Amino acid sequence: MSLLAVENLSVAFPGHVAVREVSFAIEPGETLALVGESGCGKSVTAFSVMRLLPSNARVVSGRILLDGADLMAASPAEMREVRGKKVSLIQQEPMTSLNPVLSIGAQIGEVIRRHEKVSRRAARARCIELLDLVSIPDAHRRIDDYPHNLSGGMRQRVMIAMAVACGPKLLIADEPTTALDVTTQAQVLDLLDDLRRRLSMAVLLITHDLGVVAQWADRINVMYAGRIVEQAAIRPFFARPMHPYSRGLLGARVDVDADEHYSASRLSEIPGSVGSAAGEAGCPFAPRCPMVETACRAVPPTLLAFEAERHVACPVTLEAARDG
Amino acid sequence: MAEPLLSVRDLHTRYAVGKQVLRAVDGVSFEVGRGETVGLVGESGCGKSTLGKTVLRLVPSAEGAIVLDGADITRLGDSAMAEHRRRMQMIFQDPFGSLNPRQTIRTVLDTALKVHRQGNRAERERRMAEIVERVGLPADALDRYPHEFSGGQRQRIGIARALVLRPALIVCDEPVSALDVSIQAQILNLLVDLKRDLGLSYLFISHDLSVVRYFADRVLVMYLGRIVESASHATLWRDPRHPYTKALFAAVPSTDPTHKRGAPPIKGELTTDLSSGCRFYSRCPAATDRCRSEEPLLRSVGEGHHAACHFA
Repeated sequence: MSLLAVENLSVAFPGHVAVREVSFAIEPGETLALVGESGCGKSVTAFSVMRLLPSNARVVSGRILLDGADLMAASPAEMREVRGKKVSLIQQEPMTSLNPVLSIGAQIGEVIRRHEKVSRRAARARCIELLDLVSIPDAHRRIDDYPHNLSGGMRQRVMIAMAVACGPKLLIADEPTTALDVTTQAQVLDLLDDLRRRLSMAVLLITHDLGVVAQWADRINVMYAGRIVEQAAIRPFFARPMHPYSRGLLGARVDVDADEHYSASRLSEIPGSVGSAAGEAGCPFAPRCPMVETACRAVPPTLLAFEAERHVACPVTLEAARDG
Repeated sequence: MAEPLLSVRDLHTRYAVGKQVLRAVDGVSFEVGRGETVGLVGESGCGKSTLGKTVLRLVPSAEGAIVLDGADITRLGDSAMAEHRRRMQMIFQDPFGSLNPRQTIRTVLDTALKVHRQGNRAERERRMAEIVERVGLPADALDRYPHEFSGGQRQRIGIARALVLRPALIVCDEPVSALDVSIQAQILNLLVDLKRDLGLSYLFISHDLSVVRYFADRVLVMYLGRIVESASHATLWRDPRHPYTKALFAAVPSTDPTHKRGAPPIKGELTTDLSSGCRFYSRCPAATDRCRSEEPLLRSVGEGHHAACHFA
């Protein structure tokens, strides 16, 4: 059984549907990347799993099964047991997620004491262990620091310590390194990867950075305008992205390994903008797609299997791939 | 050799932080040639944005000289500075934050033209229509408000506002960092076309090494207020000499999953601890006793290639 199974999830806000018929599963201990551009619905999907959607959002359909139990049917009290204990979330901006007037020890301790019956003293000892675990030097001293005493990378480490404090089976990391510098980014992602192994938890890594995906994820789901358009394991995906949007994304990215320079070659563009998906009856990518056919604009394509573990929501691509 | 468009000599910018002095830019010299794109890379807090703003005289310099087209503009008064300001424009990271939400695009562009006394009404109208088309916005954009545009289009507006004044030098401060990947490519291609067609020079500030590698002719690497390495883009990526440059390059995740990264090359983060020796000392994997006591100066390590490391 999958650790997490999202089935046919649709989430609507007044005036627009943010997530459309999204289904995916996460196996224990793996890192699944959810990739897409701003507004594609990847964060809304994550917040749905945590049941932390804003009050104007409405879950139109779908089930979210954690270890087989439907979180959509859970009571608020049951959800409070799930959050932090079974599923944790870390976000992009650690400064706004931390309370500025509480020491980091108090904030991590609160999570531990919320879920486990332990004394203050024991909670404090656990805090120091956790700060050690996330490689914060001088943990016994740092525990009494306030968020503003810490650098951006250190704050994100504190968020991670708080998230893993009660040994969750799933960690949702929503753009965990987008606000960090590149050298810090590598350190934080290596830390997450190390913790994933040591604590045998799964990670749902939400990012727009394909380099991060290539280096730190096992599988990828690509989202566009609320829909998952491609699912694949990492190596096959980067060797041969299939959906026209996946190909456009990889093509448009300036790759640091490629010896490309403006004086010699132009970057390939995806024409238009994601706004063109609004009001599209068929495939949301059709208005920008170089391979678009009449049939694409009638009904939205569903994910179809190409090979094991590989699904693509583009019949045109699949037909071409099978012929060639 | 032709005179460079911009020449910066031993520039210092200092901020007062409480009772302390923060040396955000601490003795920086560089040039931008005509038609050249100079990339300025470094991590947040290294002083790269402050350097860009100091060059444009949006932030006062403490010491040093800024020479634009042969004229020393470091201490010019407002009226003498006006014409030079027109020739140096800036493009910002967040186009929405830098546009007044209550002004139509026409007002935004027309204000820039009026402030700089450019042409009569008909002439201004013609230039606005021209630039809107040139940056790839629809013709009716002039009568619309910023919120009616997508992120990529707003950045086009920011570019139009800078270019409508027909400047020679554009300081681009993280111009594509807030944009999605598919939009980044559109804006970078546009900037390349504009540079070629209008003979612009860019000082291109970015933390994104992939973008700088593609976009810059020459690259300056900045660390804690100083330039630690400078070279042509080809040389720098073929043969980085400073340990910080090497660490930056090694930290960029490759989109080739078979290309596995090693351990992070440097530990810790940017500090503000400026001791007597090398500023990179506390994070450097190759630091020696000499690095702790003696600050390395920027020196030539090859044709057009400079590095501030004793062992480069």
